[in-house]
Order: sequence, then structure tokens, then C-alpha cells
Amino acid sequence: MAVSEELFKKYASRFAERVCRIPVFRGEESWVVDISVLHGLLSQLKKEDGFIYLVDISSVDNFGKDPRFEIVYELCRLEDLSHLRIKTTVQEDHLSAPTISDIWKGANWLEREVYDMMGISFSGHPDLRRILMWDGYPYHPLRKDFPLAGKPTEMPDIAFTKPAPLEGGPFITSPAAIAPEKEPHARPAEVVEGGNS
Amino acid sequence: MSTSTTHSIEVPDSATKAILAQEDSGETLGEKLVINMGPSHPSTHGVLRIVLELDGEVITKAVPDVGYLHRGDEKIAENMTWNQFIPYTDRLDYLAPLANNVAYACAVEKLMGYDIPPRAKAIRIICCELARLSAHLLGVGCYAMDCGAMTVFLYTFTEREKLYNLFELLTGARFTTSYTRIGGMTRDLPAGWIEGLELFLAQFPEKIEETDSLLTRNRIFLDRTRDIGVISKEDAIDYGLTGPNLRGSGVNYDLRRHSPYLGYENFDFEIPLGTTGDSFDRYLIRMEEMRQSVKIIRQVIDKLPDGPIHVDDPKNVLPAKDKVLTKMEELIQHFMIVTQGVDAPKGEVYFGAENPKGELGFYINSLGGGAPHRLKIRAPSFANLSILPHILPGHTVSDVVAILGSLDFVMGECDR
Repeated sequence: MAVSEELFKKYASRFAERVCRIPVFRGEESWVVDISVLHGLLSQLKKEDGFIYLVDISSVDNFGKDPRFEIVYELCRLEDLSHLRIKTTVQEDHLSAPTISDIWKGANWLEREVYDMMGISFSGHPDLRRILMWDGYPYHPLRKDFPLAGKPTEMPDIAFTKPAPLEGGPFITSPAAIAPEKEPHARPAEVVEGGNS
Repeated sequence: MSTSTTHSIEVPDSATKAILAQEDSGETLGEKLVINMGPSHPSTHGVLRIVLELDGEVITKAVPDVGYLHRGDEKIAENMTWNQFIPYTDRLDYLAPLANNVAYACAVEKLMGYDIPPRAKAIRIICCELARLSAHLLGVGCYAMDCGAMTVFLYTFTEREKLYNLFELLTGARFTTSYTRIGGMTRDLPAGWIEGLELFLAQFPEKIEETDSLLTRNRIFLDRTRDIGVISKEDAIDYGLTGPNLRGSGVNYDLRRHSPYLGYENFDFEIPLGTTGDSFDRYLIRMEEMRQSVKIIRQVIDKLPDGPIHVDDPKNVLPAKDKVLTKMEELIQHFMIVTQGVDAPKGEVYFGAENPKGELGFYINSLGGGAPHRLKIRAPSFANLSILPHILPGHTVSDVVAILGSLDFVMGECDR
């Protein structure tokens, strides 16, 4: 169930043109919000309008566009199960967003995941460490310029990686490690001679 | 020395215990001890690592470390077609692969704007509820074993074996089912399968009661689980808990009822809710959900509709094999679907399904074409585990085992 028109008007009057609405697709309401009002808007949505359940935080890499990154917040109001999506954009040269882990405690891990996968840092986050990759891993794997096969890292004592042998894999649509039509932005992985050691 | 054999111990409730433990009063019993639990530990049900800081036997700080099973499913999804990703969903919550298949297919179908035929919906509901039975059987069985009741595990696994035989008949695989396709199912129900399912359902409620009689009034099990790991309503929502863990804290939120998909609104079932939010409540919820699942499956079987199991969209749904081999147009469509993928529109959707562990959601950002631009998996186990640093302090190490078991998580889904 999508939220009402009035809710948007309320916030549009409060934040002026920093909040805009994108056309409803498949019954889902989405707002695009300027990053400067993100924290205020989300905390007001929680306090005043009952969006107490933060479903998820996702991030999108629109490589080649400016601004490059998007952060997507999915909110849910438990009384009537209305769904609301809040999107904000992050510039590549200023990879930072305000943390909302002070509004929802569950955002702590979700923001750590965004940081780990996309490299967007969250200012004010109490514990911004990698969560799925290991500490000290140098790349952010969900960026579009990170190849599917992976990249070698130089951490011989802690962890070592080398590109995965994709060729001939049963479910891989790309015939080689990087198929330009599939991953146009990926940089080739440097192959380490002699493998792990 | 006292000769009495009974004595009373004053136990503060766990919220107070947690606060007391977190307060650095300076009156520690000794030096604080940091121990490492996992990633290979029988009670962590996979590869969860928790670094525990102990004061005597009481936990003062817990730092969970996840990611040991990270396979990059979201990255992989961006590099393959919609249908090719279905086998990867088997490996998310690998205790309920059928439910994951259904959730993913429903998410992509939402993007495509499909309304699948009634028979496909009915089959999917049966699949989801059977997956719930199998996941809860494992959850309860392993939980009981963690708390020292070995026998229950053997009883529940006997039932799961029967379920797996049914899955094998239905999909050809016991574990990695990959049963759905975008817009329908791979194949219809095999002949005689419903009869087999009815046989299973006829004897199953008795087996639940058997498990119930072994645990629900078992003094040791009660002592291990009651008032252990209490999660308040507010915390449960704030940390994004879903599924039995959220309902155990008394929050009435079940996507099958409140945001119905696949026609769940046509079936009569109850949503069990807990009162205290402790580990025992979460166990009771799982037991009751199994009874309700049986009820749902019975209703679906009673009015199982006939008809097609695919949407009528020849450009995006694989045609029948005999037509592919004999007709030109179907052959071309088959070729295009396999090589280019289902042609999805541009747009973004979020779809959440009520899986055995909680809300499994897919956020799909599509630029159009055969592969997603971004596919984010909202894994219930990931959110459910994020509450650990909050609820573990104040408990003893043996309680950690009981709390982890009661949260019933799967690392394959948490780490993706």
C-alpha cells in the first residue's frame, strides 16, 4: 500500500524542492531527497508519521553518471503497512552520507554493509568497519568497476585472493574473465604469477 | 555448611541484568576475559563468530563477526539473466530453498507486472508452507539439541526426511530445488504427489504433538529458555527483526496476512504472538506456525485449481519442449529467452515475502533488459543477528547457545 498524497505535500512544504517525488511504479511510492535533509526527513518520518520499521538500506552504483551513487532506504509503517522508498544521491568526490544509526539501531549493520560493498562512508557512525569482507580488504566489490572475477590483493599473511577462473564456468554468461559488453567499466584484473604464496 | 538441598536464588530479569553488566562499576570479579566463539562451533549453526568479553561467567560485551560465507550473490546477480539467478536463491536460506525460489520469482514478476495463474499460486503456497515446515523442524530440532535434548532432533529429522522425499518427487532435487521460473513453475505437480502429501499431512500433526510433549513442559528446557534473551517490542522493531523472532516479542506483523501475496488472503490461519519475547516464546511461535502451515496446506489442496502454471507471455516464458522441437517460432523464442534473458522493463521494485526466518526481500533496480542493474537481498537472518550485541550482555556463556538457537538464523542468507 502506498502512502497518501498529503504526506508528500507535508514534507514538500517543509523541505521545499529538496524533496521530490518520482512517478509511482508498480504501486510503490518513491521520493528523491537531497542528502542535506536526509537525516532530518527520516527522523521526522519515524517520529511524526509512524514509519518505525526500517526495512532495508541498499546502494546503487550508476557508473558514468553524476552523481554516481544512490542510497535507497525502504521504510514501512506498521499500522497500515504503507511502503515508502527514500532515495538520495552521493557524489563520487564526496563519498559520505549522514548516519541514521541514531534513528534506527538496525541501521548500524546495514550502513556497514553499504560501506563495505560500495565504499560510501557514514559520518557519525559509531562502528564503521567492514562487515562481509575482511578487515583491511582494499576494494569495494559491488562497484561497477570491480570485475566479477575479483582482483588479487596483497595481504599474504592475512588473506590472499586471485581472480576466479571464470572461463567455462557453468552459469557464467561471459565467456572470458571480463566480457566488455557485460562489464563495460571493469578494469582487468592483474594476474599474479605463481599464484598464492 | 548448609544441609538444606533446596535454596532460592534471586535472579534479576534479563533487561536489568544487561544494564548491570554494561555498567562499568569497577567491581569486576576478576580480570576480564575475551573468548572467541566460532566460526566453527556447533551452536553457531554455520559460520558465525562472536567475540565475547566475560567478567567471570557473565558476558559484558559481544561482538558478532559475520561474512565467513560471503559469496557475492548480489554481484553475481548483476552479471547473469533473471532466470539464471534462481539456483543461487536456493543457497540463501538453504533450509527453505523452495520459499526463496518463490520470493525471488515473485519479486521479478512484480517488476514485470505479471499476475500468475491461480494454479501456479496454489502450488507456490504449498511450496512455501512445506519449506516453512522443514525449516521450523530443523530450527526446533537443533534448538532442542543445543539445550541438551538430543532426542527431539532425531524425531524432527525423521519428518524432514519425509518432506525431502516429497521435494525430490516435485522438483527432482532434495535440497537445491530451483523450482520456480519467472512467470510460473518449471513443471506441474507430478501424478500422485498430492496423495503423498496428504499421507504426510495425515500423520504429521501427531508428530508435532510428540515434539511438543518432549519439550514444552520439559523442566530442563524451560529452565534453559524462559526469560533468556528477552527482546522488547520496541527493540525488535528498531533492529528490523522479522518472522518468528518479531512475533515472539508480540508484534503482529506477518506479510502473509498484512501484505498478502499469492492469494494468502483467501486462506484461514492464525498468527501466533508471544507475550514476553524470550527464547521460549520464540520456540512456541515456531511450533504453532507449523500447525498453522498444515492448516493452510490442507485448505489449498481442498480447492486446488486447474489450469496453466505459466503466465501467457510467449516472449518471456519458455515454451513447451515439444513445441520447441517442432515449431519454428517457439524455437526462436526459446533461443532468445535462454541467451538474452527475460526482457524486464526499466524501474525499481521492492518485494518482501514471509519466509521461515522472516522477511526475505529483494530490491531490484532494473535499467531494462535481461539482467538486473542492482539486486539487493534483504536477508532476515542478517537483521536478526544484528541484535546480538544488544541482548547477549548480562547472560552467561551457556545462555548464548540458547539465544542463538532461538534466533534460528542461517548464515548462507546472512552473508549472501
